[in-house]
Amino acid sequence: MTEAHKFVDIRHAQKSYGDLEVLKDISLTVDRGEIVAIIGPSGSGKSTLLRAINDLDSLTGGEVWLDGVQINKDLPYRQYEKHINAMRQQVGMVFQHFNLFPHLSVRDNVTMAPKLLKGLSDKEADKLAEEQLNHVGMLERIDYYPSQLSGGQKQRVAIARALAMQPKLMLFDEATSALDPELVEEVNLVMKRLAEEHMTMIIVTHEMDFAASVCDRVIFMDKGVVVEQGPPSVVFQNPTEERTKEFLRKHLAQHHALNAAEAAALTAAQTNEGAK
Amino acid sequence: MGLDFTVVPAYLDTILIGVLWTIAITVCAALLSFFGGILFAVIALYAPWFLRLPVRFFAWLFMGTPLLLQLFLIYFGLVQLGIDLPAFVAGVIGLGLHFAVYNSELIQTAILAVDKGQMEAARTLGCSRSQALRKVVIPQAVRDVIPPIGNNMIALLKDSALVSVIGVSELTLSSQLAIGRTYRPFEFYAVAAVFYYIVNLGMEAVMRRIERKTSLSR
Amino acid sequence: MDIELILKVYPYFLEAAVVTIELSVLTVLLGLICGALAAAARMSRFRLLRIIGAVYVSVFRGTPALIQLFLLYFGGPQIGIQLDAFEAGVIGLGLNIGAYMAETMRGAIVSVDGGQTEAARTLGLSRTQAFRKVTLPQAMRLMIRPLGVNINAQIKGTALVAAISVVELTYTAQRYIGSTYKPFEMFFLAGVLYILIITVTGKGISYLDRKVRLP
Repeated sequence: MTEAHKFVDIRHAQKSYGDLEVLKDISLTVDRGEIVAIIGPSGSGKSTLLRAINDLDSLTGGEVWLDGVQINKDLPYRQYEKHINAMRQQVGMVFQHFNLFPHLSVRDNVTMAPKLLKGLSDKEADKLAEEQLNHVGMLERIDYYPSQLSGGQKQRVAIARALAMQPKLMLFDEATSALDPELVEEVNLVMKRLAEEHMTMIIVTHEMDFAASVCDRVIFMDKGVVVEQGPPSVVFQNPTEERTKEFLRKHLAQHHALNAAEAAALTAAQTNEGAK
Repeated sequence: MGLDFTVVPAYLDTILIGVLWTIAITVCAALLSFFGGILFAVIALYAPWFLRLPVRFFAWLFMGTPLLLQLFLIYFGLVQLGIDLPAFVAGVIGLGLHFAVYNSELIQTAILAVDKGQMEAARTLGCSRSQALRKVVIPQAVRDVIPPIGNNMIALLKDSALVSVIGVSELTLSSQLAIGRTYRPFEFYAVAAVFYYIVNLGMEAVMRRIERKTSLSR
Repeated sequence: MDIELILKVYPYFLEAAVVTIELSVLTVLLGLICGALAAAARMSRFRLLRIIGAVYVSVFRGTPALIQLFLLYFGGPQIGIQLDAFEAGVIGLGLNIGAYMAETMRGAIVSVDGGQTEAARTLGLSRTQAFRKVTLPQAMRLMIRPLGVNINAQIKGTALVAAISVVELTYTAQRYIGSTYKPFEMFFLAGVLYILIITVTGKGISYLDRKVRLP
């Protein structure tokens, strides 16, 4: 009897740092192949939630289930280590500050984990690395060192490094927040490609436009709870919650030069489309 | 032969006097090394060549040779020059000069690290270079350099044990006197170690307070 | 400056310099081993190891090296440890410098950016694997210069064994000062040799540091 389980299942997640409650009873699920964006003001807990999914920051309450298996942080040390390392091989993570290994070349950054953890031979690993780096457009820099790359290039290598482990799920923690504006596009393109290839992705981001264009569902978080979630067209254009509206208003006022009339016309046109 | 700590209490007074002398030597040498360090640093950076080069040479010499060797030089060398100083003074001078040289390196770094804008601001107000140095740059450098110099002072405390070799009756020598009577080196050296450790902790506490007080006026 | 005297006695100083070099090499090696063990102990999962490491570092850094030396050489026999002066010098000074090196190593390790350890962990590496493959390689590059400072200090620190009559440079200098009453000349001889040893070692360390720099 196998009941259909959700690919990512977060049940009543709770996280406190001493007296400070960062996540307050969050339950959410993600389907295989779904692209989910998590947006919200800083301090809303979105990064904390993301990092709980691969247990980088353990929850103080609640459970995380990945593809039918629960992350069990109560195991004795040795068993926990084996369990969590095995789980993490299936979940790729991309960080805001890239975290490439500076003492290794691009090639070695990508091949290190597959060789060490999956026992790939040098040849097999190199082939895999070349494939992944080609995928992100960084093949010609395969023998460079991180210090010789731009921010956008580093992030693309970081994505290739994560993909080389052939994960089932990719987590992006504000992947473009630390990049100069002109370098953001190249990383977004790679993420779009991944989305088109039906990778399950959870993306924490500040970039509303990108989120709207690539994801199936947007989750708005504020002060440790999920305030609202739904397809981007709904959440961005027609949010139900006041807090969502407030956040989007502030955010749009900062980032968009659209005047009110244009925005209204856009909404009107889209509701007409939706009504058809 | 085994251990027998019961012999220690009888010599506690000798040992405690030794501790006091150790503290006295450390404090005197520390003061000498602090002001000497500032002097050397200023000369090394700003003095005309005939002062700067000898000081630089002297610093290079003293940083490249062991303290013990320097103590021998100063103690016996002074005697040869006809200056017969008590061992205590020779010890303080030796320790003080040695650490003055190290402190001067730290102070030079700190002076150079003081923002150039400070000097510029002082000069635009009309101060001469030496006035700007005295009133603006050096006070800030000195404040910045207190923590690393504090570390040097603590090293000085431990190195003060070396002056026992030239006959200064501080803690180490006092212990040796007791050992000479009782033939129990382990017990007395262990006790000496404990006292050094305690004085060390005390100095660290004092240093922390000084650090806090001097960084308050930011 | 009595050049004649210098020319007469310098061979003895050269011999003594060899002893100083031997002492330096042996104590540095012992120090590196003790330092690595202590640093590892201080970062261990087990509280007992952490305490042992911390106590070792605190005691050996908090008391004079000379006292540690005397304790070992003169006091050792009372607890069954019989060492000749050279052996006592190596072990005593080695243990001493090891405590300082432990701190140097620990400092280098904690200064490696934590984000990379996280990245390694998210790829599935265990704590040990992440340490071996990511943290340690970088920490080792970082610790060369500061360890060089420790080594520099240690070369001069070997002078302490003169107090237990090991015939190295400082002892020789003292001996000849005693018999010739020419402290400046003897200081000069010993000093030149010390500076030579230190300078050569320093260049070696700088070279090593440059070689492991990342592109």
